[in-house]
Amino acid sequence: MSAAAHSVVEASPRAKTVAGTLVVLYAVVTLVPLLWIGATAFKSGPDSISYPPKVVFEPTLEGWVNLFTVRSRQSPEFLHNLPPPTTWWDRLVRSHDMVIAGPSKVVQRFGNSLVVGFGSTFLAVLLGTLAAYAFSRFRIPLADDLLFFILSTRMMPPIAVAIPIYLMYRQLGLTDTWLGLILLYTAVNVSLSVWLLKGFIDEIPREYEEAALVDGYTRLQAFRRVVLPQAVTGIAATSIFCLIFSWNEYAFALLLTSGNAQTMPPFIPFIIGEGGQDWPAVAAATTLFLMPIVVFTVLLRKHLLRGITFGAVRR
Amino acid sequence: MSLTADSTRSLADRVAATTPAPMMRRVRGLSDRSLAWLFIAPVMVLLLAINIFPLIWTIRLSFTNYKSNLPNAALRWIGLANYNDILTDDDIWARMQTTAHFVIWTIVLQVLLGFGLAFLINKKFRGHAFWTTAILLPMMLSPAVVGNFWTFLFQPQIGLFNYVVSFFTGIDPHSFQMIGDVRLAPWTIVLVDTWMWTPYVMLICLAGLRSIPEDIYEAAEVDRASAWRQFWTITVPMVLPFLMLAVLFRGIENFKMFDMVNLLTSGGPGSTTELASITLKREAFEKWRTGYSSAFAIILFVTIFGAANVYVKALKRVKQR
Repeated sequence: MSAAAHSVVEASPRAKTVAGTLVVLYAVVTLVPLLWIGATAFKSGPDSISYPPKVVFEPTLEGWVNLFTVRSRQSPEFLHNLPPPTTWWDRLVRSHDMVIAGPSKVVQRFGNSLVVGFGSTFLAVLLGTLAAYAFSRFRIPLADDLLFFILSTRMMPPIAVAIPIYLMYRQLGLTDTWLGLILLYTAVNVSLSVWLLKGFIDEIPREYEEAALVDGYTRLQAFRRVVLPQAVTGIAATSIFCLIFSWNEYAFALLLTSGNAQTMPPFIPFIIGEGGQDWPAVAAATTLFLMPIVVFTVLLRKHLLRGITFGAVRR
Repeated sequence: MSLTADSTRSLADRVAATTPAPMMRRVRGLSDRSLAWLFIAPVMVLLLAINIFPLIWTIRLSFTNYKSNLPNAALRWIGLANYNDILTDDDIWARMQTTAHFVIWTIVLQVLLGFGLAFLINKKFRGHAFWTTAILLPMMLSPAVVGNFWTFLFQPQIGLFNYVVSFFTGIDPHSFQMIGDVRLAPWTIVLVDTWMWTPYVMLICLAGLRSIPEDIYEAAEVDRASAWRQFWTITVPMVLPFLMLAVLFRGIENFKMFDMVNLLTSGGPGSTTELASITLKREAFEKWRTGYSSAFAIILFVTIFGAANVYVKALKRVKQR
C-alpha cells in the first residue's frame, strides 16, 4: 500500500469534492424518473396529471386498488341501495361512484412472470453448470469453437429466429404456454450461464477435486460435494442475471403469449382506466415490477461487471 | 484416513480389473469422457433446437413467398427476389439510416458520459460506492416497462420532462412534443437509451481505470509529465480496450433494439423512429410477409455478425499494443 496522504494517485481533496458533486448530481438527475414512477403510484388520478406536476401531494392507495381490481361505474341510486362498504378499498372505490366488479388480471400476470422467470433460470443454471464444469475440467475436442458457438447464439438478433419460432410453437402447441416461454428463455440464458460459470469454476483450484478423487470419490461425487459448494457464489450471481433477463424480456413475450401465459412486460402498457391509461395504476404496476430488480441489483453489485460482459471483464 | 482411502481405491481397481467393461464403468463411476459429453449435450441440444434449427428455417423461408397468415397457399421458391426487393427498396435504406443514427449517437453520448463518470468516480470521493450502485439502477430495469413510463414523462400537456425543460430554459412547455415531433422523436429515443445505458459503459470504463497499475503514474510523476499528458498517454490508451468492448456490446444491442423504442414511440411519428427491428416486426407480424421479412432478418443478422467480427479483430490489435 502506498502512503495515502502523499500518493500521486490519490486525488486532492478539492478534486474529490468536485468529482463527488458532479457524480451525485448525475445520479440524482437519472434517478428522478424512477422516483417519479414511485411517487405517481401513490397519487390520485387528478393529481397524477395535474400541471405543473405535483411534487407534494396527498398520498392515496387508489392506484394500487385500481391495479388489482376491475371496477364499474354505477348510478347514485344504485350505490345508495347497496349495503355499506365493508373494507377500505370498497370505500375508496365507492367514493368515485364505482363498485368493484372483480379482481384484475395482474396477480395472474405477475404469477406468470414468477413461474417463467424462476423456471427458465433454474434450467439455464442447471444446464449451464454442467456444461461449464465439463468445459473447465475435461479435455474436449474443439472446446474453443464450441464455446464460441454458444456465445454467438446470444449475438443473434432474436428477430432472426422469431418467425420460425412463432411457426414452430404454433405447430407444437407451445404458443401461450409456460413451457414455451421457459424453453425459449432457457435457450437465450444458457449462453450467459455457461460463460459466466466457466469463469467461476476456472477459479476453483483443481487440487481440491484431485484430492477428492484420490480419496476414492467418483468424478460425479467430487463435482457434487467439492466443486458445487465452492461455486455457490458464482451460481447465485449467474442465477440473478438469468432471472433479470427473463423478468425483463418483452419481445418474445409479446409475440408468443396472449392470455394464459402472458408475463408482466407486455401487460403493463395495457392497464387502462376510463380515459386511456390509468397512470397511477400503471405506476403501481411498474413499481411492483421493478422493486425485485432494484433489490437484486444491490445484492449483485460486486458481480455486475462480470455479468454484463459475459465474464470478459473481471474485477 | 489416507490409508483407508488408498485401500478402497486399490480394491476398486482390483475389482475393476476382473470385471467386464460395462460393469467396470459402474464400479469406477462414469468415465471422464462420457461424463463430459453427458454434461455438454443438453446445452447443445437446446441451442440447436431453439437457435440453429430456426435460423436454418429462416434462411429457407427467405427464398420463398410464404405468408404465415395463409399457411395453405401455394409455396413458391422465388430465389433471391426477396433480397433483391429489400436491397433496392428506398424505404428500407431510410430505416437503416434511422437505425444508424440511433446506434451512432447513443454510442457517442454513452461513451462520453460513461467515461466521464467513471473518471470522476475513480477519484474515490467519500460515498462513491453507494452512488455508483445508484447510477447503475436504470440499466437493470425492463426496457419495455421503462419505455412505457417515459411516454408519461414526455406528455406535452402534463409531463414532468417538459415542465423541467421549461423551468430551466423558459421555453413554453406546451410548445414542443418529444414524442410527437418528427424532428425531436429520433433524439428522444437516443435520450432515453442514453439515460438507461450510460451506466453500462461507465461500469466497464471503471474496471479499465482500476486495472491501471499505480506505479505507471508514479513513474510519470517522476518524469514530470503534466496531468494532461498523463491522461492522454496513460489513462486513455489503458482504458481503450475496455471502452471498445463496451462499444461492441452496446453496438450489437442497439442495432437489435426493439422493446424500449416500440413502447416509447412505436416507430412514429410517421416512420421517423422506425428502427430495423420494428420494421421487421411490422413486415412479419402485421403485414404477414413471412418470406420477405425472413430475408430482411438474415440481412440484419449477417450485418451484425460481420461487423462484430471485423470489430473484434480491431479490438485484438488494440489489446496487443
